[in-house]
Amino acid sequence: MADAPARRSGELTLPELLRWGWRQLTSMRTALVLLLLLALAAIPGSVVPQTDVDSVKAAQWQEDHPTLTPVYDALGLFDVYSSPWFAAIYLLLAVSLVGCFVPRIAVYTKALRAQPPATPRRLDRLPDHTSYRTDLPPEQVLDRARTALRGHRIREAGEDGTDSVAAERGYLREAGNLLFHVSVLVVLVGFAIGSLLGYRGGVILVVGNGMSNNLTQYDEFEPGSLFSPDDLDDFYLDVDDFDVEWITSGRAQGQAQGFVSHVSYAVGDGEPQDYDLRVNHPLTVGDTDVFLIGHGYAPVITVRDGNGDVAYSGPTIFLPEDQTFQSVGVVKAPDARPQQIGLEGWFYPTYAFTEETGPFSVFGDARNPVISMQAYVGDLGMDAGTPQSVYELDKEDAELVTQGDGSMFRVDLALGDTVDLPGGQGSVTFERLERWNKIQLSQTPGKWIALGGVVLGLVGLCGSLFIRPRRSWVRARRDGQGTLVEVAVLDRAGGDDVGAALRELVTTLKDDPKEPS
Amino acid sequence: VTDAAWETLSNQAVAAAGAVYFLALLAHLVQLSAGRRSAVSTTSARAGSGTGSVAVDQGDDRQDAARRESMFGRLGVLLTLIAAGVHLLALVARGLAADPNRVPWGNMYEFTLAGTFVVAALYLALLRRYALVWMAPIVVGVVLTLLMVAVIWLYKPIAPLMEALQSPWLVIHVVSAIIATGAFTIGGICSVLFLLKSRRGAGEGGYLARVPALDDLDRLSYRFHAFGFPVWTFAVLITGPIWAHQAWSSYWNWDPKEVWAFITWVVYAAYLHARATAGWKGRNAALLALLGLATLWFNFIGINFFSSTSQHSYAAPESAVVVGVPVETP
Repeated sequence: MADAPARRSGELTLPELLRWGWRQLTSMRTALVLLLLLALAAIPGSVVPQTDVDSVKAAQWQEDHPTLTPVYDALGLFDVYSSPWFAAIYLLLAVSLVGCFVPRIAVYTKALRAQPPATPRRLDRLPDHTSYRTDLPPEQVLDRARTALRGHRIREAGEDGTDSVAAERGYLREAGNLLFHVSVLVVLVGFAIGSLLGYRGGVILVVGNGMSNNLTQYDEFEPGSLFSPDDLDDFYLDVDDFDVEWITSGRAQGQAQGFVSHVSYAVGDGEPQDYDLRVNHPLTVGDTDVFLIGHGYAPVITVRDGNGDVAYSGPTIFLPEDQTFQSVGVVKAPDARPQQIGLEGWFYPTYAFTEETGPFSVFGDARNPVISMQAYVGDLGMDAGTPQSVYELDKEDAELVTQGDGSMFRVDLALGDTVDLPGGQGSVTFERLERWNKIQLSQTPGKWIALGGVVLGLVGLCGSLFIRPRRSWVRARRDGQGTLVEVAVLDRAGGDDVGAALRELVTTLKDDPKEPS
Repeated sequence: VTDAAWETLSNQAVAAAGAVYFLALLAHLVQLSAGRRSAVSTTSARAGSGTGSVAVDQGDDRQDAARRESMFGRLGVLLTLIAAGVHLLALVARGLAADPNRVPWGNMYEFTLAGTFVVAALYLALLRRYALVWMAPIVVGVVLTLLMVAVIWLYKPIAPLMEALQSPWLVIHVVSAIIATGAFTIGGICSVLFLLKSRRGAGEGGYLARVPALDDLDRLSYRFHAFGFPVWTFAVLITGPIWAHQAWSSYWNWDPKEVWAFITWVVYAAYLHARATAGWKGRNAALLALLGLATLWFNFIGINFFSSTSQHSYAAPESAVVVGVPVETP
């Protein structure tokens, strides 16, 4: 070891190693393997619930699989598409792509300026060739060939003889190919801009209320890693009214359609404007797109505490569980005295009851709205300082309210009803019914770059698939019995039916090709 | 004509198309068996084209069989043509049965109906140009089978589209996906036959003897894939994202359906790439193409039935809304 290490055969210096690695990486075979690897790597994300796609489902899955979760988590299986190994594959692919097409651009520009190659001495050595005799003089045959091969680039006659025509066409195929490869990078850049500089956020607005577009107003907010809250567009948005049609007959009975959220908005101090926000019809304000993605009911509930004071009053958002809009919700009255009051339970827009099913909703429209909740008193755990979901009640230190004799007690309320809690602990009133809209707001910078990239890619793809590069040669020589014409066509890309092209060329040579008009 | 009448017409037309496809299949099978007897020595790749088969022996028996072969071949094509016409009628009637009228590809049943029609139409359109008669029994068989699957397992009475589907992009996005699926399916058929033929050899007078030579099969398969791929790109990477951006606020959501459409795209891209650069032809290329077809069909069937997270899972009744859980800080 102390001696200067002699270089063994097969040993590479660092630059050699790098060059070797680069060659491996940019080889076609590697590109192919990387492509298939990318397809393979995308699969787990469609099997395991993804946090980015559906956080609720992902959390649920993690709860159901306590042993697998840490393993999966370590492997990044809940965030496949932003995991390092997924990124590694597509970044390697991008590098391989660059390494592949940059040299090809140089080759291509050279080929663009070059003449079609001279006619080979032996045309009969080419796989697709033919020959025939004619009485026409060679010059005339070659003239015909030049006309027949219009649209081709034709080699200028030089010292290599004037007894033949050499032509080539389909130069744009490689251009299309290169365009496609470049556009993949363009799309990647557009996509990256969108996920780094964009954001997606959601807010639930009770109809009649609004929001101004700043961070505090959002219920959920997923910024890109380079997004700054200063980039939020300055506007406000009010949901003035909301319409929905319920299909009351036929096969789609019970289905809702024609959701329209009548919103007004204003940019900065500008004039307010109205917009009908519908599914598939987002509103664009500045760089922000606004979407209507959900709706539901918000019963206005008032809770009075044991002292008779109003401890809670307002529209309470209930989340729908199914198409009948049977919805689940929670009321928290931490200011109730002597004890905090919590309610948890169901809202039925069209209440019905049978002995077998218990209470249920027959229809999504609010035909017979009823709230049915259980009441809890005690400590709702809201002073502990840990964040709580507004849709969950912490019942650890709270006690279920029962009748005086210990039997079950439910807060069952039709619209306008009030129920007293047993033991003088307060009362609950169902004042009226409001609706809420779930509004999603997002900025997707780079989306036009990505779209432009894909469109360019498609154009390039079509070029590279459907433009057929071909070389054609016609040689005409006088011999003893007249003129011997040799014709050959060479397919430069594979997959071309050269035989047909050859036959066509010979047919046009034999009869007079029409002059271009 | 009432909507209900249109719907009944559509259902009857599907049944009628199925029956005529079946007759076409029978005709082509008779053609095949006649062909076996007529030309044992016919090894020409184009033998199956109905006109090209020549009885080498002048025996009456053989000539008779050759006549029968060509007659039943033409009959089969004619029946397929009629069946495809009725099939088209079924589609149109299905669209007219909806209130409001709409394109007939709003659920899996309708997608299968439209997809099988595209397969039949592509085959008929290219029949002469590429001499595809040899493909007839398989194409007709596949179309017939898929139609039966659609009627038995996927059937859904007509209903208004859910809100998110009511968009002009439904027409353009889904129709391009259907066309690409049809082209890939026919390309896949060529690849399967390529693999079978390259394993078993041409055989003597068997079905594989009427299938084109390996090189021609390979090129044909490539052509269908080369046609399908840009259309698929258009469906999955252009119209899909545009629509997703309009409906779901994000042009790429990594929804399982999107992921598998992307996987299919990547596999077919690898197929074309391998052919163009690595010079992969024949067996490896065919295997890759079939892998692509497997991902395509898995995406259509598997994801719709097994994935509950996909926003594309129109097989199941859609949940009414999408809501997240906001977090309240004390």
